Amino acid sequence: MVAFRFHQYQVVGRALPSPTDEHPKIYRMKLWATNEVRAKSKFWYFLRKLKKVKKSNGQVLAINEIFERKPTKIKNYGIWLRYQSRTGYHNMYKEFRDTTLNGAVEHMYNEMASRHRVRYHCIQIIKTATIPAKLCKRENTKQFHDSKIKFPLVFKKVRPPSRKLKTTYKASRPNLFM
Amino acid sequence: MPFKRYVEIGRVALVNYGKDYGRLVVIVDVVDQNRALVDAPDVVRGQMNFKRLSLTDIKIDIPRLPKKKTLIAAMEAADVKNKWENSSWGRKLIVQKRRAALNDFDRFKVMLARIKRGGAIQQELAKLKKQNAS
Repeated sequence: MVAFRFHQYQVVGRALPSPTDEHPKIYRMKLWATNEVRAKSKFWYFLRKLKKVKKSNGQVLAINEIFERKPTKIKNYGIWLRYQSRTGYHNMYKEFRDTTLNGAVEHMYNEMASRHRVRYHCIQIIKTATIPAKLCKRENTKQFHDSKIKFPLVFKKVRPPSRKLKTTYKASRPNLFM
Repeated sequence: MPFKRYVEIGRVALVNYGKDYGRLVVIVDVVDQNRALVDAPDVVRGQMNFKRLSLTDIKIDIPRLPKKKTLIAAMEAADVKNKWENSSWGRKLIVQKRRAALNDFDRFKVMLARIKRGGAIQQELAKLKKQNAS
């Protein structure tokens, strides 16, 4: 399908073994990044804030990409995030309806950028979860929980079938009636 | 005027942009305001923006997320393919495709046929004019 900007990675890492600590604790993290290199960097960023370990005295043991289990099933995703606005840090909970988690995360980044002017590096994803329909909080997602959903498309935008056929001027006014 | 073509489960739509241009697909579920889950017998089920779809008059009877087999069976039962090819919209698309695939000899034959048709029309018109004049 469409190539996702964000991929979900599972990064596993630990501090390097030292004479005082033969078997340091292993930590695992699931995060979103555009590629593996950035995923590892993000891993150390978060781990530094939680434990006293840096990339220079630690090692990444494994990094795997996590793919969507059922990309043809529509799910309601709830995303808890922490973002930095112009005045301070805030927590937020957003709901998205999508077929894949990567798609929902991309939707979230786009929405934060458009609605709150928050860019990618100011957002930290705390938690994501698939929410069953009963527990959805936002009316916007709940209105699509209808097995007999039916709505008309109100006006039809006439588009040339490929970008090559696009012209700046048209001979006649397009008819928008569906 | 009220709307006649609704986005609903089972609505047949024509893809009007992108890789699957010209394909008939069935709306199987609605993701959100702008996207639908869309399925066709020979296509992996995927989501598509409504902007890429043109709704048709045909609607088939399917439960909300049918298996591929039920979908194909329902499409056969509703006879989507024949209904589409006999509808004026479907016929226009078929004619457009044929015209685009003509080679030079075919175009020559079409030209001769058009001249012949024009001649026949003019003869009838001349007859009617003479009847009217007299």
